[in-house]
Amino acid sequence: MKFRIYRYNPDKDTVPYMQDYELDIRHEDSSQGKMLLDALLLIKQQDDSLSLRKSCREGVCGSDAMNINGRNGLACITPLHTLKEPVELRPLPGLPVIRDLIVDMTQFFKQYHSVKPYLINNDTPPETERLQSPEQRAHLNGLYECILCGCCTTACPSFWWNPDKFVGPAGLLQAYRFIADTRDQATSERLDDLEDPYRLFRCHTIMNCVDVCPKELNPTEAIGNIKDMMVKRMV
Amino acid sequence: MVNRVVTGAHYGLRDWLIQRITAVLMAVYCVVLAGYLVMQPYQDYDVWIALFSSLIVRTFSLLFLLSLFFHAWIGVRDIVMDYVKPAGVRLVIHVLVILALLLYTIWSVQILWGM
Repeated sequence: MKFRIYRYNPDKDTVPYMQDYELDIRHEDSSQGKMLLDALLLIKQQDDSLSLRKSCREGVCGSDAMNINGRNGLACITPLHTLKEPVELRPLPGLPVIRDLIVDMTQFFKQYHSVKPYLINNDTPPETERLQSPEQRAHLNGLYECILCGCCTTACPSFWWNPDKFVGPAGLLQAYRFIADTRDQATSERLDDLEDPYRLFRCHTIMNCVDVCPKELNPTEAIGNIKDMMVKRMV
Repeated sequence: MVNRVVTGAHYGLRDWLIQRITAVLMAVYCVVLAGYLVMQPYQDYDVWIALFSSLIVRTFSLLFLLSLFFHAWIGVRDIVMDYVKPAGVRLVIHVLVILALLLYTIWSVQILWGM
């Protein structure tokens, strides 16, 4: 199988370049459960200067997000047989490259932290847990599963243009996760914080986030729900 | 002046809502007008004049155009916010767009009621 991988080592290279690799795995064989990450690790045996992040190799940690044939995804859960050759791999778009496929996620996490992604409840904690009914808990489905891999936010043109001001789909999904939580007491403050032409309203429902999310979550729907709550609050 | 990234202008919801509502108004107007044109295959200058001499048609046409201008203002402002970074230049463009749209509004009234 043929691969074309984005290479950039700031210590040696003045500009990034694409490097070709070939692996001795046939396309038919690769259908037997081999993932893109397996291929990348084989390439790394050939050329140990290739740098990438990886950890759990099963789509839970979100480390190995990258741009695969023009589309963001996790290498560890992308089956090789679904990919057209040569497989073109690039770092996540819109973030500064540290080296090869590794990007600097600082801006992404800054936006994530800005929505206060934790429960705010000033009541004295009860003896056991803060309880929710099964119906209340069901509202958090499709929100809490986010692994913060960054595929959605770095696929969003609004984030490319305003990464310092627009929270981005991942951050907004988490903002709604706490707005939707019946145990949280800061709903109004959270809505106040997001009612901003940049922080929330840069979203123009492009829906790249929904298209690429490796966990099949729907940030656009969450953003729509935030807007609905703001409208309800206003009228 | 310090150069810090600031957000928190606390607007956006109203504009977003206006854009949605004006979009619906424009869609309804277009469908009704298209329906009329299909039902009335024979069109000439006199039929057109007769149509636009009705107060209802003029009023809804003006409503359509006002919706279009509001919609355009929010859309153009969004584009400028994305692509024009210096605040001064952005403000000048905003003012120019508002002036142009105000002129279009006056022009629209003149066309609709001047026929």
